[in-house]
Amino acid sequence: MSEKHKDEVTGVETTGHSWDGIRELNNPLPKWWIYTFYATIVWSFAYWVVMPAWPYLTGSGWTYTQGVIGYEQRNVVTNELAAVAEGRSGAMERIATMPLEEIANDPALMEVALGAGKAAFGDNCAPCHGSGAQGSKGFPNLNDDDWIWGGTLDDIHTTLAHGIRWDGDDETRNNVMMAYGRDGILNRTEINDVAEYVLSLSGRAGNQEAAARGAEVFASQCVACHGDGGTGNQELGAPNLTDAIWLYGGEKASIVETVSNGRSGVMPAWGGRLDEGTINALTLFVYSLGGGEK
Amino acid sequence: MAVSSAPGSNLPGTMTSAAWAVAGSLIAGAVLSIIIAAKAADAPMAAHAWLFAFAFLAGVMMLGQRHINATQGHAADDGTGYNDGVVKAGAIATLFWGVAGFLVGVVIAFQLAFPVLNFDTEFLNFGRLRPLHTSAVIFAFGGNALIATSFYVVQRTSRARLAGDVAPWFVFWGYQLFIVVAATGYLMGVTQSREYAEPEWYADIWLTIVWVVYLLVFLGTLAKRKEPHIYVANWFYLAFIVTIAMLHIGNNLAIPETLTSSKSYALFPGVQDALIQWWYGHNAVGFFLTAGFLGMMYYFIPKRAERPVYSYRLSIVHFWSLIFIYIWAGPHHLHFTALPDWAQTLGMTFSIMLWMPSWGGMINGLMTLSGAWDKLRTDPVIRMLVVSVAFYGMSTFEGPVMSVKAVNSLSHYTDWTIGHVHSGALGWVGFVSFGAVYCLIPWLWKRERLYSLALVSWHFWIATIGIVLYITSMWVSGILQGLMWRAYDAQGFLEYSFAETVEAMHPFYVIRALGGVLFLAGALIMVYNCWMTIKGRVRESEPLPAPAPAAAPAGAMPQPAE
Repeated sequence: MSEKHKDEVTGVETTGHSWDGIRELNNPLPKWWIYTFYATIVWSFAYWVVMPAWPYLTGSGWTYTQGVIGYEQRNVVTNELAAVAEGRSGAMERIATMPLEEIANDPALMEVALGAGKAAFGDNCAPCHGSGAQGSKGFPNLNDDDWIWGGTLDDIHTTLAHGIRWDGDDETRNNVMMAYGRDGILNRTEINDVAEYVLSLSGRAGNQEAAARGAEVFASQCVACHGDGGTGNQELGAPNLTDAIWLYGGEKASIVETVSNGRSGVMPAWGGRLDEGTINALTLFVYSLGGGEK
Repeated sequence: MAVSSAPGSNLPGTMTSAAWAVAGSLIAGAVLSIIIAAKAADAPMAAHAWLFAFAFLAGVMMLGQRHINATQGHAADDGTGYNDGVVKAGAIATLFWGVAGFLVGVVIAFQLAFPVLNFDTEFLNFGRLRPLHTSAVIFAFGGNALIATSFYVVQRTSRARLAGDVAPWFVFWGYQLFIVVAATGYLMGVTQSREYAEPEWYADIWLTIVWVVYLLVFLGTLAKRKEPHIYVANWFYLAFIVTIAMLHIGNNLAIPETLTSSKSYALFPGVQDALIQWWYGHNAVGFFLTAGFLGMMYYFIPKRAERPVYSYRLSIVHFWSLIFIYIWAGPHHLHFTALPDWAQTLGMTFSIMLWMPSWGGMINGLMTLSGAWDKLRTDPVIRMLVVSVAFYGMSTFEGPVMSVKAVNSLSHYTDWTIGHVHSGALGWVGFVSFGAVYCLIPWLWKRERLYSLALVSWHFWIATIGIVLYITSMWVSGILQGLMWRAYDAQGFLEYSFAETVEAMHPFYVIRALGGVLFLAGALIMVYNCWMTIKGRVRESEPLPAPAPAAAPAGAMPQPAE
């Protein structure tokens, strides 16, 4: 089994063994291979000298070789964070404490506030309101000038800090759009009529007779919140029903659904979750999107 | 587990004392399983205990059937010559689990592109299907390929029949049982949440038993060898079996909530636990997906090319350097985490030093073709094997690059990692296994050649295009993702929200999924080709004779003297 044997094709000797017909050539290690291997080893030794590397035991417990440049990952992060804080020169602290109006009038502070607000919006608000704040069914579009709970800086701040119908916050914004159908307050005809009336408010009634009957239902059940003529009331969080903007859809079927089963969307209170500076920054960011009220 | 036939029974396939011991253990296991099923603390445990009980009883019935067949004079195997029955079963299992694993991979790739495909049910959501995919391809497809080829190779290169009578079959069926328990567990939400080690404590114990028997069968066969030296493929297979046993036990040390509960808690806390997990996770790549498949490469490439291995010395040096260095590289999975700086440094430097030892296998694989490069043109099976080695070389270069902390700070947690894994998994592990199975099917079933070499060529090209789509899309999306995550505005605020980065990945996820479809399509072509070959069909329009397989399958060798 171990007699010498030469491979005919390459002229190289084999080791003499054969397994199931497989032989092995007695080629040397490729030079480039072994030298590259050595180079990686040398490089590693050098790296160990420079960087924290080998643990060892001392009389007072485990420690490790620190490396000659004193690198420590924690310090890198701490320094980077400190550099960012310095670059903002206390802007976030001032955004946290100054009145919103004053921040809005300070272009340097506003630059920081809008950057912080945009980043916070992407991480916290975009999942519901969309990454462009465009909203979707049940989640308001924040780019327009139609505000359910008010669009002044203070209004937006209150909504952000305390949320809407949020159980964990005593000052949360709260109201009820009742389930007039499910709870038996109105019958099907009345709901159909009032839906026709609501459509007529934006000039879209299909059935004038029903809309006229619906006006009476509206007067008895809806005006308290939505107001005469359905123009809404931001104090109570009652949407304006005369415009073309609908949180849950403005076609008749959606309106019937809303009147029948009510609506009670929820927005979390961010007061306990985000710091005051971030909430102020978010307020200013949302306000800047296009539709902030004075 | 006895490794040789017990005396006193001359008829092969009849019950030996070892077989009686196995049957007794299986019955005891079934009783224990039924007790646990009755007292199970949760529904998945009850389901799994019943599964174990039925599997154990099925094992007893298989032993009984085997005995009856043998006494009636039609034993499946005369007990002499090579034990190829279990290799055949392993080859078929490789094909079956391969298609299953690739299919689940395609499904989850589409889930990432189109989340609606999660269907709002926990049983089919990404979180549960993802480990189903990884386990199916690594352990079910890859594991069966390794077990089947190692059983084939160790017999041929040792000129000895597999050790044990029932033991090899116990390994095969025991391993399938582990796969089914793991897979059904994932769908029921049973997981340790340890990547590539998701199965819970009872599945881990079962795999340990199966794996120790596997080791004994392999060692027993080597001990019986008629060759003076152990062939290099067997060094790699043995390193794979031994190290996986060590890793599996080390990483799965856990305390079950109760002995009737499917939930356990890891023994180590915090960052130690993370380090052990990635010591395991990285070496699952190193010893399962590298060492094991290098063993496969070292037999099937020289055998198919009919050329000697390029360098015996290189095989020794790269074997020992690979084995020694790989085991330290795991911490590079935990760069920029709570892991201490020094451990990150060591993980990174050992990964750099691992580059050449890994490439030793590539050089030996590729250079073995010197003098036979023309076979790349004429034999698509050789083409597949050689391209697998090329992908191996590419991904074992990419790995050390990604372990460098400066690169890792960009690549970590991104799709680049997923692309890297798949260039190794699809290109290296997949193709070398396909090549080995294409060799094995005609050899095992004693066919003149495969049904169709043209279909192998189709498989090769379709799958290669699939791999290229996969890894290029993941490079682009991974780097894009990494750059978006680290983009800050002038004030130091993040430029992009996480949701925006996810949105940006969409086109690449679609391309990746299409790459997966191509890879799956190639595998289906392979199954058809293998099926027709096993049926004994030859595609008439292909007069080309198969190059290699004539060289001495079973029977032609001197028999081991008992």
